[in-house]
Amino acid sequence: MSSMGAPTQAPTWVTHGLVPVINLVLALIISGLIIAAIGEDPFEALGYLMYGAFGYPEAIGYTLYYTTNFIFTGLAVAIAFHCGLFNIGGEGQAYLGGLGAGVVGLLFGHWPSPLVILIGILAAASFGAVWGVIPGWLQAKRGSHIVITTIMFNFIAAALMSYLMVEILINPGQQAAESRTFEAGAFIPFAHDILPALGVSMGRSALNLSFVLAILCSVFFWFFMWRTRWGYEIRAVGQNETAAVYAGISPSRAIIVAMAISGALAGLVGVNEILGVHHRLLMEFTAGYGFVGIAVALMGRNHPLGIFLAALLFGTLYQGGQEIAFDMPRVNRDMVVVIQGLVILFSGALENMFRPRIEAFFIRRPRAVAAAE
Amino acid sequence: MGDTVLWFILVFDATLRVSTPLVLAAFAGMFAERSGIVDIGLEGKMLGAAFGAATVALVTDSAWLGLLAGIGVSVTLAMIHAFACVTHRGNQVVSGMALNIMVAGLAPALSLAWFGQGGQTPMIEEGGRFRPIHFPFADRLSDVPFVGEVYSELISGHNIIVYVAMGMVPLAGWFIYRTRFGLRLRAVGESPEAVDTAGISVAGMRYRAMIICGILCGVAGTYLAIAMNTLFIRDMSAGMGYLALAALIFGKWKPLPTLLACFLFAFADAVQARLQGVDVPGVGIIPVQAIQALPYVLTVLLLAGFVGKAVPPKASGIPYVKDR
Repeated sequence: MSSMGAPTQAPTWVTHGLVPVINLVLALIISGLIIAAIGEDPFEALGYLMYGAFGYPEAIGYTLYYTTNFIFTGLAVAIAFHCGLFNIGGEGQAYLGGLGAGVVGLLFGHWPSPLVILIGILAAASFGAVWGVIPGWLQAKRGSHIVITTIMFNFIAAALMSYLMVEILINPGQQAAESRTFEAGAFIPFAHDILPALGVSMGRSALNLSFVLAILCSVFFWFFMWRTRWGYEIRAVGQNETAAVYAGISPSRAIIVAMAISGALAGLVGVNEILGVHHRLLMEFTAGYGFVGIAVALMGRNHPLGIFLAALLFGTLYQGGQEIAFDMPRVNRDMVVVIQGLVILFSGALENMFRPRIEAFFIRRPRAVAAAE
Repeated sequence: MGDTVLWFILVFDATLRVSTPLVLAAFAGMFAERSGIVDIGLEGKMLGAAFGAATVALVTDSAWLGLLAGIGVSVTLAMIHAFACVTHRGNQVVSGMALNIMVAGLAPALSLAWFGQGGQTPMIEEGGRFRPIHFPFADRLSDVPFVGEVYSELISGHNIIVYVAMGMVPLAGWFIYRTRFGLRLRAVGESPEAVDTAGISVAGMRYRAMIICGILCGVAGTYLAIAMNTLFIRDMSAGMGYLALAALIFGKWKPLPTLLACFLFAFADAVQARLQGVDVPGVGIIPVQAIQALPYVLTVLLLAGFVGKAVPPKASGIPYVKDR
């Protein structure tokens, strides 16, 4: 038991800064050892990585484009975490989000651009929200475990999309299961088309205005979580469901709201990918981004600022990883997936291994106790 | 008529082949979950084992050494999971996910570095593979209607892992329900406090359960690489670990129902492959994707209690904290 007035919590910079950095460094060291075992120089690889991610204007654009996706999926996982839920369904929700965005692009692409994009964003968010809220509802009302349900929903989404793409949305007379290209109204402007008008030169990349949407979502996330009653209810249920019930909070409502927003945020990956980059509907554009969100949320400690930094980190790894693969034929981008797994392992599953010790080091021993001894 | 019978025999034959890794992985999950550890890392363990088995079989030209390597990789991963979940009381789902993702990256990364063929290994020679075992007189009996066809097509001609997996089911049932270890295993998943009070180490039981889980996943992964296929391919487990998890839930964590669920899912897969674009009389063309999604939809419905009710072991997913 702690005595009165003694600080029992480690400083914020330790819990939210030092601990995640140590976890990251560990993951990087292990990955470096693997690269060394392969027979390549890990420091050379790190050099390529940094150059590939930030060395030239196009690279920065691509890094931020990946970051955009990871902000969306990181926030999605984080809001579920705040409610004590583990949403592994980001992949399927993003897939459905892309379907929503794509259907709008196909149907209304000839309308005025801002209007189409706005409807597209709403459609992506709602499709994603539906794919999140069903597991949420099943958890809240029927008690089915959300982890299993969201895993199943990833596979159901994949089957659904495969059917729609192959049988219905495919552009007739072509082999690949892809839709036709949308009319230009549905294109979200690229950074390299807008920034020059503001006097900033920018190489051609996949970076588009969805990045701004991701930043807005981060601000919304902070406001919603810490400044609204709904956010409070979600956090209360996540911390202690029994206590929340005594405070008059309905856990099932909190779960359903959290999963709806979680799904909507993951669905916005579809906006970045479909309306922002591909401009047509295609298969497997989610490319594991939903799973990266788990690592991002864990590293970012479920706070939008931390999530932004973690998303930037994974954006760097994804874009820089391409450069490594280009310069080192024996290393490919799968190494980035390894780092991702290790980050989840250290900052998630093994968080109790280092954190208490590191924090204990920074907690001053209460003077009263020290004097009594 | 004879054609229809043969068609079904061939479908059942394919069902048996597909269900083997499913059965092994689902039973691996059963040992883990019955001890109170949720393991969504079946997928990663299978993939890791497939890579380990393929690599060693390739180098040594021995299927048995490949199997040993596959088991070794899988048990190592299972021990990391146990270390995180039992020793450090980490989140079991997060740990399983971490291992799945890590293996999904590491296996193709290493195979690129070692073999330089993208994310896969070269083809494995015959000596490094488990070959079909032909039962006596299988060839000569294949013309005998039904009995001979069943004998030669369905029963004979599989590799040793298929027979081992099928023989393992009654053994596992006996082990879980009729041995002291099994009783303790079930108890530790339902009420770890009681086990602890009886002076049995909860952590020890859970570690042992994870070793069994690792061994079974290792056999399953080995089967994928050097029995069902002839090489390791990136993502070759293709969600089978998750499907096994679904079968386990569908089988309500019990051996026989789990086996039947594995057969059902594998049967759906075998039928799906044969119904592609076929106009079924009276039904029309069934979209293959609908059959592919069926196991997952059924599992969701079951978990939600719309068809039956699946109740997991009471303590599964909850780290055990000894009261001080």
